[in-house]
Amino acid sequence: MDEAKRLVDLIPRLRRYARALVGDRASADDLVQDTLERAWSKLHLYRRGTDLRAWLFTVMHNVHVNRVRATRSTDVLQEEMPELAQNGSQADALLVRDLDRAIGQLPADQRAVLLLVTLEEMSYEEVARTLGIPIGTVMSRLSRAREKLRALMSGQAVPPAKLKVVK
Amino acid sequence: MTTPITEADLQAYTDGRLDAERRVAVEAWLAEHPDELERIAAYRRLAHEVRAAYDSMLDEPVPDRLMSVGRRRFMPAGIAAIVAWIALGAAIGAGTTWQLRGQRPLAQVPADSTLIARRAAVAHATYSPEVRHPVEVSADQEQHLVAWLSKRLGVQLRVPVLDEAGLSLVGGRLLPGESGPVAQFMYQSQNGRRLTLYVRTEASGNRETAFRYARENNVGVFYWIDRDCGYAIASGDLGKDELLRVANLVYKKLEP
Repeated sequence: MDEAKRLVDLIPRLRRYARALVGDRASADDLVQDTLERAWSKLHLYRRGTDLRAWLFTVMHNVHVNRVRATRSTDVLQEEMPELAQNGSQADALLVRDLDRAIGQLPADQRAVLLLVTLEEMSYEEVARTLGIPIGTVMSRLSRAREKLRALMSGQAVPPAKLKVVK
Repeated sequence: MTTPITEADLQAYTDGRLDAERRVAVEAWLAEHPDELERIAAYRRLAHEVRAAYDSMLDEPVPDRLMSVGRRRFMPAGIAAIVAWIALGAAIGAGTTWQLRGQRPLAQVPADSTLIARRAAVAHATYSPEVRHPVEVSADQEQHLVAWLSKRLGVQLRVPVLDEAGLSLVGGRLLPGESGPVAQFMYQSQNGRRLTLYVRTEASGNRETAFRYARENNVGVFYWIDRDCGYAIASGDLGKDELLRVANLVYKKLEP
């Protein structure tokens, strides 16, 4: 079963994308696990000869959207878990933390486009196919995501989500 | 006459996805628009940083629980069931019932007991890298430390001696928990590897559980409940087997 082997080979890439998408390792691997469970059970729906990677990332995207929807109101335990610096590269650890934080502040649909383009180096057509959106939308989300990330990482004040006065 | 440069052109230029002709046109345009040139350079720098930040995931070994999703599917159901039973029998036979990797332990475990693993891992990741203030009260005031934390937790605490595992006590600190104060003791080996023991009181009392293992980010945790306390030992430096040995030692040392 050729797809099965290729699917397993893609796991590290799923983990990398998930790690950047959700911001911490444990949740990322939960997402990958759910994705794999789903992919295995749906593998008969995959059409041979089409892009398996795009198909798999589509599965992950759908699983992620559902999970976010399901946990949005009940997620009380997502306190920030400090990452242990690996092998003393403190500066790297800080950069990763800043990136995590900044990427986490991007709207979810922009984040997905940015990460597929940047990490997976997908073409814009592949991103459009994977996320099921028109290519024009890919381009506008990419543009907005990059500009927002630039502002966040350079420490500029990003126009904040409007603060509501709570009485 | 050339078509005007669009934002989409600039994005594609950033990603190196323009054909040669268009790329030359964009470069000529950017040469006359230094602000835009700087913006695109910043996007490229960021893309580079994002890749550098997460590419290490590609080289990491895939955790067993993810590989096993595939393995389970490869095997016909009957064989998979037999394999699962053999694994279970082996685990019970070995006298340890900590969770088999690749399985979600959450179903059989009281909902709040995974919380202790996460809390312990967070506390470990927070304090173990501290060079100057890893603990509030250091080991040279051990009596005071134990008396103080026992008083705050409302149980008589004991601090296991872990010399035979090559670990000596650094000290301890008090932490907030869901249902009251929590104690954290820190140990260190000669070569600076650290392990923390996290102790909280258990309201329901008289419960006992087997060792369970969890991994949060890079921190491995074994946790269990014994009588009126919940325990978790956490380390980012020790492997799972080594951590299990220390867990057994701690358990033995804490027996009345």
